[in-house]
Amino acid sequence: MSSERVLERRRAKVDWRPMVVIGVIASLIGIAAGLLIPWFPKAASSQAHAVDTLWYVLISISVPIFVLVATVVLFSVYRFRQRPGEELLDGPPIHGNTRLEIVWTAIPAMLLVGLCTYAFLVLHHVEKSGADQLKVRVVGQQFAWTFFYPGPNGKEISSPELYLPRGRNVEFTLQSKDVIHDFWVPAFRIKKDIVPGIDVRYSITPTVVGTYPIVCAELCGLGHAAMRGTAHVMEPAAFSSFMRRLRAGGVAGAGGGSGASSAPAPTNGKAIFTASGCTACHTLAEAGSHGTVGPNLDTGLKGKSAAFIRQSIVDPNAVITPGYQPGIMPENFAQQLPPAQLNALVQFLSSVTKGG
Amino acid sequence: MAARLRAPGFLRAGLFLILGVLVCAGLVIGVREAYGFATFHGGLTTATQNGILLVSLLGAPLFFLVGLGAFDYWFYWAAGRPTRAEDHSGHGARSWKDYFRVNTDHKVIGVQYVVTSFFFMLVGGMLAMLVRAELAAPGMQFVSSDTYNGLFSVHASLMIFLFIIPVFAGLANFVLPLMIGAPDMAFPRLNALSYWFLPIAGIMMIASFLAPGGSFATGWTAYAPLSTDAPVGQMFFTIAVQFAGASSIATALNFLVTIVTMRAPGMSFWRMPLLVWANFSTSLLVVIATPFIAASQFFVLLDYALHFNFFVPARDGDVLMYQHVFWFYSHPAVYIMMLPGFGIISEILAVKARKPIFGYRMMAFSLLAIVMLGFTVWAHHMFVSGMSDWIRIPMMVTTAIIAVPTGIKIFSWLATLWRGVLHVDTPMLWALGFLCMFTLGGISGVILAMVPMDIYVSDTYFIVAHIHYVLFGGSLFTIYAGVYYWFPKMTGRMFDERLGKVHFWLTFVSFNATFAPMHIVGLQGMPRRVADYAQQFAAWNLFISLSSFVLGLSTLVFLYNMVASWRWGPPAPANPWRAMTLEWQVASPPPIFNFDTVPTVVGGPYEYGVPGAVHGIFRPAEEARPKLPAGATSAEGHEEV
Repeated sequence: MSSERVLERRRAKVDWRPMVVIGVIASLIGIAAGLLIPWFPKAASSQAHAVDTLWYVLISISVPIFVLVATVVLFSVYRFRQRPGEELLDGPPIHGNTRLEIVWTAIPAMLLVGLCTYAFLVLHHVEKSGADQLKVRVVGQQFAWTFFYPGPNGKEISSPELYLPRGRNVEFTLQSKDVIHDFWVPAFRIKKDIVPGIDVRYSITPTVVGTYPIVCAELCGLGHAAMRGTAHVMEPAAFSSFMRRLRAGGVAGAGGGSGASSAPAPTNGKAIFTASGCTACHTLAEAGSHGTVGPNLDTGLKGKSAAFIRQSIVDPNAVITPGYQPGIMPENFAQQLPPAQLNALVQFLSSVTKGG
Repeated sequence: MAARLRAPGFLRAGLFLILGVLVCAGLVIGVREAYGFATFHGGLTTATQNGILLVSLLGAPLFFLVGLGAFDYWFYWAAGRPTRAEDHSGHGARSWKDYFRVNTDHKVIGVQYVVTSFFFMLVGGMLAMLVRAELAAPGMQFVSSDTYNGLFSVHASLMIFLFIIPVFAGLANFVLPLMIGAPDMAFPRLNALSYWFLPIAGIMMIASFLAPGGSFATGWTAYAPLSTDAPVGQMFFTIAVQFAGASSIATALNFLVTIVTMRAPGMSFWRMPLLVWANFSTSLLVVIATPFIAASQFFVLLDYALHFNFFVPARDGDVLMYQHVFWFYSHPAVYIMMLPGFGIISEILAVKARKPIFGYRMMAFSLLAIVMLGFTVWAHHMFVSGMSDWIRIPMMVTTAIIAVPTGIKIFSWLATLWRGVLHVDTPMLWALGFLCMFTLGGISGVILAMVPMDIYVSDTYFIVAHIHYVLFGGSLFTIYAGVYYWFPKMTGRMFDERLGKVHFWLTFVSFNATFAPMHIVGLQGMPRRVADYAQQFAAWNLFISLSSFVLGLSTLVFLYNMVASWRWGPPAPANPWRAMTLEWQVASPPPIFNFDTVPTVVGGPYEYGVPGAVHGIFRPAEEARPKLPAGATSAEGHEEV
C-alpha cells in the first residue's frame, strides 16, 4: 500500500454505525439470556420475589455496559489495527474532550444513585417484620443446628430441624456457641452471620410448603461443609399439631419422614442418629452416611463397649482417635438428647458395630 | 572458613538462624520457668514447644536477615565504626549469584521481586489445582476437610500477599526510577530489606503445612474467634502477614519519597507517566492502610498466645471488631492490587495505540479519587456480619460511587484506542483482555454493592467468581501485560511473540470457562469454602475443574517463554516499542546507574502523533529548558477535538 493510500484510509471518517447495530443486537441477546436463565433455586419466602427482581434488573443493566466496552474494543481492533505499511504511523494527537468526560462521569453517577435508591427500597421491603411473629431461636455450633421454639411457662422446646408454618412471619434470633456461623436458607434468600456474643436477628415469611436445605455460609472450621440442616415449611394446621406433639415431649429427635405433613418421633437409635446430625460428620454403613469430618464409626467403634460409646457421645474429648483433633465434636449431646434417646442411640451404635 | 562465616551471605545467615532459634527457645523456657509454668515433662511440654515455635517465627527471621547482611551498613554506622564507603559494589548483577544476596540496585531488586513472586504464584496455583481436583466431584476424594481448608487458605494468602502485591512492587521497582529519570530508589538499603522480608513470609506460609495440626485453615480472612482457637499452623499466617506487610509499607514509603524528591528536572507531576501516578496512589493506600492488618493480626496473636481476650465475648471481647479492622485494610488492599495495574495498562495502551492517553489529568484524578473513596467502603464486606444495620446504606452508596472514577478510566482507555494505530501484539492483547474482563469484575462488584443482592450471594461462589474476575482478569492480566511489555528492558532479550499469543488465548478462554460458571453455581446456592457440595452442582463443578486444569497448564507456556527467551531470545533494542517514556531511552538492560547524563523532561509522556514532540532529552537542564518544542506541553491542558 502506498503511503498516500494509508493516510487516506486513516483520515477517512469512521463509520461507527455497524458497531452500534452489533452492540444493540448483542445487548438484546444478552438481556434475553439473562432473563431466561433460571439463576435461582426455588423461591419459598415473600422476600424472595423482590430480591430476584432486583437481580433481573441489575443483569439487564449490566449486559449493555459490558457489551459497550467489549464492542468498542473489538471494533477498534477490527477497524484501527496496524496494517502493512503503517508500521511507523501514529494516531491523531487527541488529548481529551471535556464534554465527553463530563458525560461519562455524570451518566454512570446518576445510574448508580438510582440503583442505590432502588436497592434501598428493596432492602426496606425485605426487612419489614410482620404482625404476630413466630419467634425462633437458632443456635449454631460446630457443626450442628438447634432450633428453639417458645413453649409454655417460658420454657423453650428444641428441635434439630427447622419447622415453620406457611404464611406467618418468623423472626430468627441467631446465637453461636463457639465461632461465627451463618444461617442461610437459599430458598428464603436472606442470610446473616451468627456471631458469638451478640444476638443477630432477621425475619422472613415462608410462602411455599416444602423441604429446603439450610446451609452454613461462613467458614466455621473442619466440618463447615457438613454443617447442613433441613427447613420444613408446613401448612399452619399441620404446624400447630406438630408443635403440640413437640411440646408433649419426646420429639427432640424430630425430623426424617416426609417433612411437610408430619414428623414421627423417632424411637429407634437409627432415626436419632440421623436426626441429631451425626451423619454429617461420621461414616456409618447402617445409617448410610459418608461423613469424613469425624472418625469412621464402622471401624472405630468395632468391639468397643457401650460405656465407651456413651462416653464418646457425652464427653467427646475424653478419647481422641489418632489423626483427629479434639474440640471438634459438640460437647452437649447429654443436654440435647433426653436420657431415653441417648440410651437408644448408644444401644443402636453398640449393636451395629459389634459384629463388624 | 572463619572469614566466610563472618562475611555476609547465606552461610552466616544460616548460622544466625540457628542462633536465633536458640535465643528464642531460651527466652521462652526462661520466661515459663520464671512464671512457674510447666516446661519440662519428659522433654519439653507441648505448650513450651508451641511457644518456642511461635517466638521463633517472630524472632528467627530477623536473625536470619542480620546474618544475610541486610543490616550491616546500619549497624556499622550506629556503632560509630567506619562504614564501607558506598562504592556501589552492591549495585548491579554480574552473575546469577548476585540475585541471591542483599543487593541495593533497584533493577536487581525489581527482578528479585518479580521472580520470587512468580515462584509463589506457581505454588499458589498448584494449591488451586488441588482445590479444584477435590471439587471435581461431590464427596471427599483426595484430601481431608482440614487439608482442604488449608489448601484454599494458603492459596489465597500466597496469591494476595506474595504474588499480586509484591509483583507490582517489583515491576515498579524496576521501571519507576527509570521513568522519572532517577539513578535509583531514594533508600536503596531499605529497598533491599523490603525485598528480603518477602521470601521469609512466603516460605513461612508454605511451611505451615508441616506444622502440628496442619496449616492455617481459616481462609485468608482469618476471622476470629475461629483463628484464635485454631491449631498452631494459624500463627504461620498471622506472623507471615507481619513480614509481608512490613515489606509492603517500607516499599511504599520508598516509592513516595522517590517520586516526590527524585524526579528529573522538568518532570512535573503533570508530566509523570500514569504508571508513576498509579504507584504514587497505591503507596498512599499502603502506608495508611497496611498497619491495620498488622494490628488485626497482632490482636489474633495476642489472643491466641497470651489470652488477651480481644475477641472473647465472655470476657468483654468484640468479635466484630476484628472484621472492621481487617477490612479497613483489606478493602483498600483490593485497590493496592489494582491501581498499579491501571498504570501498566495506561502505558501500554498509549504506546500500542500510538495515541496520547485520553484525558490524562482525569486519569490521574480518578486514581486519587479511588484512594479517597477506597477508605470509605470497607463494611460492604460485612453486610451480613451482624453489624449495625444503618452502616450498610452509606457503605452501599460509597461502594457504588467508586465505580464512577473506575468508569472514567475504562471509558478513557476506550477513547485512547479510538482512531489509533493499534499494534495488537502480546502486551496489547493482555491489555485489551484486561479491559473486557475487568469490566465484568467491576459490574459484578456493583451488583454486590446492592445490599439485598449481597445478602443473598455473600459467601457463595458468586463471590469467588467476582474476586477472580477482579484479581485474575483484572490484576493478573495487567501483570502479564506488564511483564511482556518490560521483558525486553529487564532482560535485554525479546520474548517469543507467537508463544505469547498462545499463552494469552489459552488463558483467556480457560479463565472464562473456569470462573464464569461460578457466578451461576453461586446464585444457585453453592456456598464457598466447602470441600463437599450438593449433587445439583456436580456438573458445573466438573466443568470448572477441567477448565481450571487447562488454565493451570497455560501458565507453563508463559513459564517456558520467559525462561527460554531470557536465555536464548534475540537481543532487544533499546526501544522496541518506540515508546516516549524515559525507561526506553536507555539501553536494554539499562546501564548500572540508569542514565549516563541526567535527562531533562520537556513535555508530556504520551505525545504520540504530535509532530516533533519529545518527553525527555539528554542534555543539561539549563541548555534544554528555554527551548520547549511546540505542542510539547499540550498534555497539560485539554484540546477540544
